Amino acid sequence: MVIEALKKENVDVIFGYPGGAVLNLYDRLYDADIRHVLTRHEQAAVHAADGYARVTGRPGVVFATSGPGATNLVTGIATAYMDSVPLVLITGQVSSPLIGTDAFQEADIFGITLPITKHNYLVTEIADLPRIMKEAFYLATSGRCGPVLIDLPKDIQQAEGEFRYPKTVQIPGYNPTYDGHLGQINRAIKALARAKKPVLYVGGGVVSSGADQLLLELAERTEAPVTTTLMGLSAFPGCHPLALGMLGMHGTYWANIAVNEADLLVAIGARFDDRVTGKLNRFAQGAKIVHIDIDPAEIGKNVRVDVPIVGDVKRVLTELLKKTEAKQHPDWLARIEELKNCAPRGYCQEPDGELLPQFVIESIYRETKGEAVITTEVGQHQMWTAQYYKFKNLRSLASSGGLGTMGYGFPASLGAQLGRPEETVFCIAGDGSFQMNSQELATAVNYNIPVKVAIINNQYLGMVRQWQQIFFQRRYSSVALGKGPDFVKLAEAYGAVGLRAEKAAEVAVVLRQAMATPGPVVMDFRVRAEENVFPMVPPNCPTCEMIRGDEE
Amino acid sequence: MKYVLAVLVENKPGVLVRVAGLFARRGFNIESLAVGKTVDPAISRMTIEVEADEKTLEQVVKQLNKLINILRISNLTHEPSVNRELVMIKVKANATNRAEIQQIVETFRAKIVDVSLHSVIIEITGNEEKLEAILLLLSHYGILETVRTGKIALLRGSKVTKNGEVKENGKDVL
Repeated sequence: MVIEALKKENVDVIFGYPGGAVLNLYDRLYDADIRHVLTRHEQAAVHAADGYARVTGRPGVVFATSGPGATNLVTGIATAYMDSVPLVLITGQVSSPLIGTDAFQEADIFGITLPITKHNYLVTEIADLPRIMKEAFYLATSGRCGPVLIDLPKDIQQAEGEFRYPKTVQIPGYNPTYDGHLGQINRAIKALARAKKPVLYVGGGVVSSGADQLLLELAERTEAPVTTTLMGLSAFPGCHPLALGMLGMHGTYWANIAVNEADLLVAIGARFDDRVTGKLNRFAQGAKIVHIDIDPAEIGKNVRVDVPIVGDVKRVLTELLKKTEAKQHPDWLARIEELKNCAPRGYCQEPDGELLPQFVIESIYRETKGEAVITTEVGQHQMWTAQYYKFKNLRSLASSGGLGTMGYGFPASLGAQLGRPEETVFCIAGDGSFQMNSQELATAVNYNIPVKVAIINNQYLGMVRQWQQIFFQRRYSSVALGKGPDFVKLAEAYGAVGLRAEKAAEVAVVLRQAMATPGPVVMDFRVRAEENVFPMVPPNCPTCEMIRGDEE
Repeated sequence: MKYVLAVLVENKPGVLVRVAGLFARRGFNIESLAVGKTVDPAISRMTIEVEADEKTLEQVVKQLNKLINILRISNLTHEPSVNRELVMIKVKANATNRAEIQQIVETFRAKIVDVSLHSVIIEITGNEEKLEAILLLLSHYGILETVRTGKIALLRGSKVTKNGEVKENGKDVL
């Protein structure tokens, strides 16, 4: 019945890991023509499904068994929940009569995932299953997207029942607002017409709504510079003249100053996260704030909003563009140009000097022409990717933003590659986070998923080390990873290709060789150990007070 | 300040946990919570008393609304409404002061529902002020134990919510 429903939902791939409580499910899968990808850890299965969902826009589907299988999903579910990624997760559960008896491999995954799912179900009657499957896909992919979990006891899997898949869903307590309030939209249009120093602050909502073209039109017509969050990076071309890059803690100097000086801030599908705003009451103080978001609870949660618009970004922008007039802001753009010119250059790679991580990432950008699908792990390399990789296309980045999950990027790249088989997929990783799920090399090799993993290897947990250096007087506590494994040999042990670069001149060679290799490749870039990510806004400081990096 | 919310929820397993868990993890304070079926057995009604400022209350309502099993939330705080809570109070009492207690009980239109040699149980329904008043008075005799149902509230008059939208099969469910 589950398999039938998945077919109805046009699911083409499932990520999962079998076990005792899903034997029946996997037996049905044996005869079905749906692809199943066996990862080497359940956590990797969720991350892979998440990566798949982020780059395709289609929901990712995960199977896992009861107990440890289900609890291993938790980090991945929380990751997807924080970044509003549509997932449908199906976990096996012990038979209904055994629930609550501390049976073998029993865990209350329904209870455990209550706060990290958009909704979840424990199926108690076989008759409910088709409706629940239908609702789960609908909930995961509508409104503000998110993970939905279905806990399926073994006896329900064994039960026979008539399969009638509902055509529509009726959930009385769930009615997302898609169309923005026209009065508020008109106020936003007026605010845009009046603004002299507007900034568009763009988040993941623009990506999930698929509103990149509308955003481009809005920015160009109103000549408003665009800054994005980490989640919004792929929503606006990074090399566009109006692009300010990312804002916030490791945002660009000019983006943060521009937000600080703006007289109008239009937040589109963004949620004023603490990494973006820094000290809240000093954020965009001089600006009128327009906030467009599909989730009413995000509006006014962190900052006061002058024009609240609840709705789907695409529909709201379509309506907004009907009456928005063209504007020019030569003085404002000149000011931004001035800011860009006085910002320090990020790094300086000496041809014979130590290899710099920023250079490696900028080289990946150059060699892929900004066209690759990128996933990242979490840490310094992630921020450098945000700074130096100029994303061109919508949905070309999958990165754990809200939860900041180390170990996300590599399995996510496997899902991303399966979702977009024609494209080059890079996972930009740190040596720390890659080791959190490096066992997935087996999956990559087994299915010949040709992802290119670029490990920015500084032999440290770099971001933690950076904080210890700046805020704890270089008392490096448990951040040195030592020599670590030989990543080239590790790749080879799994049957993948391993490459290494230690000098600037070798970087392009290694990257080209990797891209020319048909299967999975791990590249070990040995970079300077104590390089820091700048600019940096110290925690709880206003974002205009950055450590720029040139003061050192 | 204290706000009173009337919340209609689907009568499904886990709903109470969802609501209580939401309050806990977002740091909202529940003063009291009472829950029971409506005339439609598929729908339950919760009366939640929340201690919050206005901005927090807005978040409480918005976050509650995101729970799929929640059907409707009405803020009764500033609406003309009847607020009641039932309390049972076990008070030390003996032959000498039982009559005195009986008098207090009558004045407050409460009831004595159990008598033993050394105690009585008093049942009283009312709003917060009345309950606090009798509790204060009875504490003089020594209160052994109390139990409260939590506040329940209903709008006055024939209207059921602000816009009277909540109907099931043509009949009001609030």
